[in-house]
Amino acid sequence: MPAPDYRVFLARFRSLLALALMVFVLSLLSDRFLTPDNGWNILRQISVNLCLSVGMTLVILSGGIDLSVGAILGLAGAVAAGVLKHGLAVPGTELWLEFTPSGAILTGIAVGGAAGWANGFAITRFSLPPFVATLGMLSIARGLTMLWTGGFPITGLGDSFGDLGTGAFLGMPLPVWIMLALTALFVVVTKRTRFGRHLYAVGGNERAARLTGLNVGRIKLAVYTLAGALAGVAGLIVTARLDSAQPNAGLGYELDAIAAVVIGGTSLSGGRGSVTGTVLGCLIIGVLNNGLFLLNVSPFWQQVIKGVVILIAVALDRMSSKERDTP
Amino acid sequence: MRPGTDDVLLEAAGIEKSFPGVRALDGAALQVRAGRLVALLGENGAGKSTLMNVLSGVFPPDAGTIRLGGGAPVRFARPAAAQASGIGIVHQELNLVPGLSVAENIWLGREPRAASGLIDYRRLHADTAAILARLDLKVDPTTLVGDLRVGQQQLVEIGKALSAHARVLILDEPTSSLSAHEVEVLFNVIADLKRDGVGLVYITHKFEELARICDDVVIMRDGRVVGTGPFGDFTRDGIVRLMAGRETKELFVRSAAAPGDELLRAEAITLPGDGPGRRFLVNRVSVVLRRGEVLGVFGLVGAGRTELLETLFGLHARRASGRVQVAGRDVHFSCPADAIAAGLAFAPEDRKRDGVVLPMSVGANASLASLDRTLRAGFTSSAGEAAHLRPYLDRFRVKTPSLEQLIVNLSGGNQQKVILAKWLATEPKILLLDEPTRGIDVNAKREIYTFIDELARAGLGLIVVSSELPEVLALADRVLVLCEGRATAEFSRAEATPERVLQAALPDRATALAS
Repeated sequence: MPAPDYRVFLARFRSLLALALMVFVLSLLSDRFLTPDNGWNILRQISVNLCLSVGMTLVILSGGIDLSVGAILGLAGAVAAGVLKHGLAVPGTELWLEFTPSGAILTGIAVGGAAGWANGFAITRFSLPPFVATLGMLSIARGLTMLWTGGFPITGLGDSFGDLGTGAFLGMPLPVWIMLALTALFVVVTKRTRFGRHLYAVGGNERAARLTGLNVGRIKLAVYTLAGALAGVAGLIVTARLDSAQPNAGLGYELDAIAAVVIGGTSLSGGRGSVTGTVLGCLIIGVLNNGLFLLNVSPFWQQVIKGVVILIAVALDRMSSKERDTP
Repeated sequence: MRPGTDDVLLEAAGIEKSFPGVRALDGAALQVRAGRLVALLGENGAGKSTLMNVLSGVFPPDAGTIRLGGGAPVRFARPAAAQASGIGIVHQELNLVPGLSVAENIWLGREPRAASGLIDYRRLHADTAAILARLDLKVDPTTLVGDLRVGQQQLVEIGKALSAHARVLILDEPTSSLSAHEVEVLFNVIADLKRDGVGLVYITHKFEELARICDDVVIMRDGRVVGTGPFGDFTRDGIVRLMAGRETKELFVRSAAAPGDELLRAEAITLPGDGPGRRFLVNRVSVVLRRGEVLGVFGLVGAGRTELLETLFGLHARRASGRVQVAGRDVHFSCPADAIAAGLAFAPEDRKRDGVVLPMSVGANASLASLDRTLRAGFTSSAGEAAHLRPYLDRFRVKTPSLEQLIVNLSGGNQQKVILAKWLATEPKILLLDEPTRGIDVNAKREIYTFIDELARAGLGLIVVSSELPEVLALADRVLVLCEGRATAEFSRAEATPERVLQAALPDRATALAS
């Protein structure tokens, strides 16, 4: 009895211990690391990855994977910027819709959600493996972004939209507010709602979930839609911060999101893990990037080190899950 | 009667093998002689397959000796070791790689190499063609195994065993998906092998086959050999009596009660197969279940027991047909949720695969089917869960330190009780139990029997599927017997003797061909 509890404890606080260790070491190595400004800096930097990673956590908990979130981020940001700047012609009519910043924001989120829904539809309706379905969406969303922007950035979006990326409220940057709100929301959703419980059940044993009467398809559809909508939010933050929608924004971001989820202790086979773990994973990646930057480590070495951290995290996860699988 | 030992190829004696909670072999013995076929007979769980697994090196015995050709005792640590000693086996389940060709499958791991070190495909295909000709299997050696019918795949599996030139060949129900012609070819191959001095062990449930090929029989029950001798010394009835054996032991005595109103009526339930194999997994089976009644469903492996329950539970809505009424009202279940809403519950056979969500806690597993009743202000709550589930978990005496305990840390019996509690928490009217005591220890078994009895007395209707004859006979008020997807007989408690039930479960060649 005590042995498994001890292991569970270690497994649960593994990422937290790793983060504390990193902060401690970096604060010794660099006197610019442990400052309030640098703290806000790190939080602002991870806010985008966190939005993607929370969505990715839902997807991975359900037993899937989403490779398209980076591309959806780009598409949602571009569409929001485009409708804000130029408005939108209603096809077949003379109507020309103008968008307020809030209208553009909602549009961006809706575009992300729609792309995510399409992922879920392909996965549940046509039984495509999530890897393949979202790989297809990655290409589709990238292509649509290029078509929409013509390959050029959309810039000059106005101050009130820009606030989303650079503004502050009560002394805290708005992206950090968004990040905290989404984290809190999805911690509650995963841990305290019916949907969250069903999500864990589907990822933990899909056959058992189906035999227990859960509507597995509907749950997966919701999961991918949420992941897409969260990628939309991330796209808005990126676009607002740069005051510009870049056609290739979010390129490769899905891998950072997967890395954060995995480092946070969520199992790629589904059913095990948590949003709080993912927050820690994001923090670890953020602190690592920031610290290596402050220490003037070359960006190339930063990538190598990040890769090693991911491998260690997954190796630890495999080891603890093996212990659990053989009672 | 002990024949001369000079032609004995393999002799196993006093073989014992236990698994957690089960004594699978209890001093089993078998002699394989050159040029003779010994048929190994016995009902499900008699220990036939375990004995074959021991002989072919899948796992070592706990005790007992295996000798080859009268030599010193041998011990096989791996299947490869048994193979190297000339023992070949064709398992009942196919072990082929669908993405490889027929030739590549037959010679997998023993591919002929050319001087260059690469596979010598010319020889591979020539050798394969010779084997295929012997089996009268008219397919090209380069055909992918996945593109073959199941019967053809089974022949490829037999070809694989032939290619190894085994001196002892074990065939575990090799004809279960063969056509009449293919069976004929196989019997000719068997005759050839006998002429060449190969010794064969043949497991089957089809009595009609025995007269054609069988020289000796060994009849097993409860891990022991209960009859052995030349085939001519036995009658079919005599064999069945030995297989069924004991008077139903005092496993459990169910209190008799008068059944109440009709709860479930299913007519002509039919489930077509979704593969290229048999056409119907369930073939026009009708079921009636009343309040307070336990309907036992018995059948051999592949009889369609699990598929019948799954179909009743709405799991195969797209393929299945038939009429279902619950409490006199027509219903149509397009998914398990519909069935649950109508008051059905289903505890599946393979707990680990279909029953429990291993990474979740006991509480989360138990509340999964009735989560809405545990919510507090719309949120999941451990207090709400405990309040709702405690009565059910206590009723089934689930032993767990807390609801937060991961279910993977519980014993098989306790996991099964959690599943029962999970379903009882939905307040069902009809409980479908598929092999409810599979893989759990004797005491937990007895407890589960008690619960089944209590639930029936509390007015539920239960359908209990089991491949253990004594279990069905002990629990059921009525016994429905399935064979190859069809209902072959139905017995009341008084009519259901082991012999009758087993007779009805054994397939005839004639009906097997028709399906």
